[in-house]
Amino acid sequence: MYKRIAFTVNGKAYNFEVDVRESLLDVLRSHLGFTGAKQGCGVGECGACSVLIDGVPTDTCIYLAVWADGKEIRTIEGVAEKNGELSEVQKAFVDEGAVQCGFCTPGLVLTTTALKESGKDYTREELKRELSGHLCRCTGYQNILKAAEKSLEGHVCTCVDSPHYKGE
Amino acid sequence: MYDIKGYYDAETVSEATALLAENPNLKIIAGGTDVLIKMHGGQLEDAELLSLRKIKSLEKIDLADDGTIVIGAMATFSMVFHNTILKDLIPILTEAAISMGGPQIRNIATIGGNVCNGATSADSASSLFALNAQLKLESKNGERVVPIREFYLGPGKVAINPGEILTEVRIAPEDYKGFAGHYIKFAMREAMDIATLGVAVVCKVQGGSFEEVRIGLGVAGPTPLRCLEAEEYAKGKKISSDTLAEIGKLAVKSTKARTSWRASKEYREHLVEELTQRALKTAVVSAGGAEVV
Repeated sequence: MYKRIAFTVNGKAYNFEVDVRESLLDVLRSHLGFTGAKQGCGVGECGACSVLIDGVPTDTCIYLAVWADGKEIRTIEGVAEKNGELSEVQKAFVDEGAVQCGFCTPGLVLTTTALKESGKDYTREELKRELSGHLCRCTGYQNILKAAEKSLEGHVCTCVDSPHYKGE
Repeated sequence: MYDIKGYYDAETVSEATALLAENPNLKIIAGGTDVLIKMHGGQLEDAELLSLRKIKSLEKIDLADDGTIVIGAMATFSMVFHNTILKDLIPILTEAAISMGGPQIRNIATIGGNVCNGATSADSASSLFALNAQLKLESKNGERVVPIREFYLGPGKVAINPGEILTEVRIAPEDYKGFAGHYIKFAMREAMDIATLGVAVVCKVQGGSFEEVRIGLGVAGPTPLRCLEAEEYAKGKKISSDTLAEIGKLAVKSTKARTSWRASKEYREHLVEELTQRALKTAVVSAGGAEVV
């Protein structure tokens, strides 16, 4: 069974028939070549397949391709500038040494990008919570957190007396 | 690829109930975080899916004129957590919502799906039990409202009839007004983990005594459950550490915990006794009572 869907990936419009059995991850990787989204666990635990759907971090391995109809999708391939210059979030991940094997990195960069673009303030605890859907099996999360904090500079609240912190 | 034989989209509730009436074999899919996982594991084959994802009216969270809180079944856990009405009136549900899975799962998993999946470990369940939630089920022939305690029948089994769709989770004003509560999820990790035990309590305090207490537990039996004996005991009792200790002991009596690879029966019972007291201690203070030391 096939269904026609229309959606954009990194600003480019697509319109074609997808097999209803396919996940969005299948379509992104196998049909469109966006292999930055990784297949890890396949059951929504690890976050390696995360992309932004209408700006919201989503696991694409458990998201049916037909659901992407009408959506704006952003993958890691669409994060850097057109001239190839890395985004601030990507630079922060490089600067802090937050990348080892790189399998979890696309998802983490995308989620951090969504947090940055939200313009909201986060406490450190909230930041950890927002990144908790991405598993890194190489080393640890310290450098990843540092990179996320650097990306959100000015929006990470560390003062326990602030109204934002107390509002928790 | 998922083992999907057919796929249908409904855009309204009446369209969905009509499709279901025509073909009772349709499997309803909401966020997909349980249904697709079951397919992945081979527990669900040749599925004909009816997706409710396009029914935007089911995502609404509202406060009715009579004070009833109405949560659309397709509201995601992220929507529940960020909703100011819920945060203000029934924080034990928003706290339960944020404890579930991780951000990407919360962005897509729905409260209706969590309930209909029938798991004792459903993170919303202990809070919904403590809040006496009512479930509105609609079919082509009409609608009915079922108390959540009568909805959970056994592991993965709920009292939904063929042709019915869960459309709303409702909480009546008399079940939350004047109550304060607390929610504790006990798990091995702080994210992406299934609860070893979920505890939700609400209480009403008057003049240093419990006027009313309700205790909802998840993973303490084959279904989420309430601790009715402990609740009955608490009524009118002076709030003290002795009273709390007795409530904790009686709470264990209502449970049917089992040993699984996650935790032993004995450990779960210990958690029930201890965490019920801890949750009540916090709830008492929120309800305006004095701190129990």
